[in-house]
Amino acid sequence: MRPFVLGAVAYDPKVVTIWDGFKEFFDARGLAFDYVLFHNYERQVRAHFAGVVDVAWNSPLAWIQADRVARGRGRRARAVAMRDTDCDLTSVVVVSADDGAQGALDLAGRRIGVGAGDSPQATLLPLWSLGRAGLDLAATTVVRHDVLLGKHGDHVGGERLAAQALLRGEVDAACILDGNLLTFAAEGTLPADRVRVIHTTPAYDHCNFTVLDGVDEAVVDHFTALLLGMSWDDPGVRRLMDLEGLRAWRPGRTSGYLALEAAVDRFGTLDAFLASM
Amino acid sequence: MSRPPARLDLGALSLARGGHLLLRKALLALPAGGTLEVVGADPELPVHARALARAWGAPFHPHDATVVLGAPVTPEGRWRGAVRSGAPGQVVAEPPATWGLAARGAAVEAGSPAFRFPWSRRDEVWTDEAGRLYLQAAAAQWDPVTAVPWATGFDLPDEVEDAVVQLMTYLVENEVAALLVPARFCAQVHPHFREIVQLLAIQAADEARHIEVFTRRALLRRPAPALSTAGGQASLQTLVEEPDFALASFLTSVLGEGSFLTLLRFLDHHAPDPVTAAVCRLAAQDEARHVAFGVAHLERHARLDPTLRLRLAAAVERRHDALRHTAGLNEEVFDALVVVAAGAWTPDALRRGWDAVVALQEEMDVGRRVRLRRLGFEEADAARLSGLHTRNFM
Repeated sequence: MRPFVLGAVAYDPKVVTIWDGFKEFFDARGLAFDYVLFHNYERQVRAHFAGVVDVAWNSPLAWIQADRVARGRGRRARAVAMRDTDCDLTSVVVVSADDGAQGALDLAGRRIGVGAGDSPQATLLPLWSLGRAGLDLAATTVVRHDVLLGKHGDHVGGERLAAQALLRGEVDAACILDGNLLTFAAEGTLPADRVRVIHTTPAYDHCNFTVLDGVDEAVVDHFTALLLGMSWDDPGVRRLMDLEGLRAWRPGRTSGYLALEAAVDRFGTLDAFLASM
Repeated sequence: MSRPPARLDLGALSLARGGHLLLRKALLALPAGGTLEVVGADPELPVHARALARAWGAPFHPHDATVVLGAPVTPEGRWRGAVRSGAPGQVVAEPPATWGLAARGAAVEAGSPAFRFPWSRRDEVWTDEAGRLYLQAAAAQWDPVTAVPWATGFDLPDEVEDAVVQLMTYLVENEVAALLVPARFCAQVHPHFREIVQLLAIQAADEARHIEVFTRRALLRRPAPALSTAGGQASLQTLVEEPDFALASFLTSVLGEGSFLTLLRFLDHHAPDPVTAAVCRLAAQDEARHVAFGVAHLERHARLDPTLRLRLAAAVERRHDALRHTAGLNEEVFDALVVVAAGAWTPDALRRGWDAVVALQEEMDVGRRVRLRRLGFEEADAARLSGLHTRNFM
């Protein structure tokens, strides 16, 4: 019998450790499990529709890709589970502490440092949010830091470059995930007293496990039940949960992707991909 | 009815500059179902509080000027399910591999990785003397540069200087073996037996200093060391390659360094110059501790395991057989000992030197037998085993 196959994007070497660990976890509990790693989310979404994988660990952007392709084909995509830490994130726009800017409109005519072009948290959502607040993006200079395109910003590299560019004065503002603002402060990349937050996006959600219609629902239920039953108190799985950065799995929800839907519509981010499917 | 939230006023302190400590402490103090209202002057408080709450698994509710947080899902954090690795002053019989490198008595987080330490049974490695011997060793460390009167002038006949250089060459390679053996086991003994690991480490450090001063003495008046013999190295190879902690410790520390102790004191006494005397005296002080440790833990081990003595005896016999076809103490070293003990290149002096070296070997034999008796060997067995000890001394 074919095992339940998961697709994930290799944005870091630890991804192998994570899914090897999950394979052991699922196999030991009677769910035959395997996984396939992809270089980029676009390849993963294609493979999902080609039936190569049964469930995909999708970035928020990949979720929208999968959802839209499914709708276009009269099919249905579903988010079955996500991390507690995938819920209610925000991104912030920071400027130097001595900069006079107080809000989005003050960035008119200035340089905005963002992460990779396909990063929801470091590019798409903050730019969309600034625009919604009234900033004319066409009158600004957006400086992209395209590290590892296709990985949708999972690796933080582009965000860190944007923060460093801000400190060097190469940009006037930088777009950063709220949690990374703390990380960068602690590691010294962006000392807390050197920058000021002038804008915050609405809360949004991050990754989810995506399945398509036609998948064996009984196996999906088994997979989801095992995930939701994982406890951080269990020393056998705590290491995996720490590596994935969560304390508990939650049932999937899609209400947290509305802002990103609006952002990709505004910027046409997915037009070429969707046309190619 | 829900209770009113507790309140935390951070004042001007940012959650990105240490304020998270106050926040976490306040959250941990919450009663079940309780909530905490957080206020402060930092305009970024809501941004940071949201990120921290998410990372800690704590409910987060933004309000206009304040935020309200609930208790984290796992309030004890990594302390949850942690086990104590024994008690600070007490060693256990078989520490688990998952205690790993933790300080003895520390709370080890559940799920910590298992280490592979081949020597993890108390009976095989432990002695109550270890802590005291370590502190003694730490207090007795000397500086190779200042502890030896390197600049003192002396004048030796060429033959005597050559003999000293030959002896130093021999001593250096023996000290290298005496460094490698504890260094290897240092990395293999379970760190729960902290004092043993410390003692093995400082023993290796002692030998490193010995190598330093013997090398310096060899090169003090000559451009290069003298001869390293195949027989000498073959004898040392059997020590370096012995995989068993008890056997290696027995052959190296009890029999080898025990004999060396006698040799170094002999050289201190007969040294033809103050530098040679000093380096041998300093090394002998350290070697005495190494021998004391070897005897102490093997004495305990032999008391707990009656079969140990049989294995120790077999190890001596095996080593003797392995070295049967080698030359034993090489001619160069033996002759050098005679010349150094003579102190002069004259017939009378050489005869005195010869007699002294013969007496030295008898003294080494006596010392070995005493130590073997301490490990519980009968007199006849002690005499036989001492006789089988390598003629290379170490």
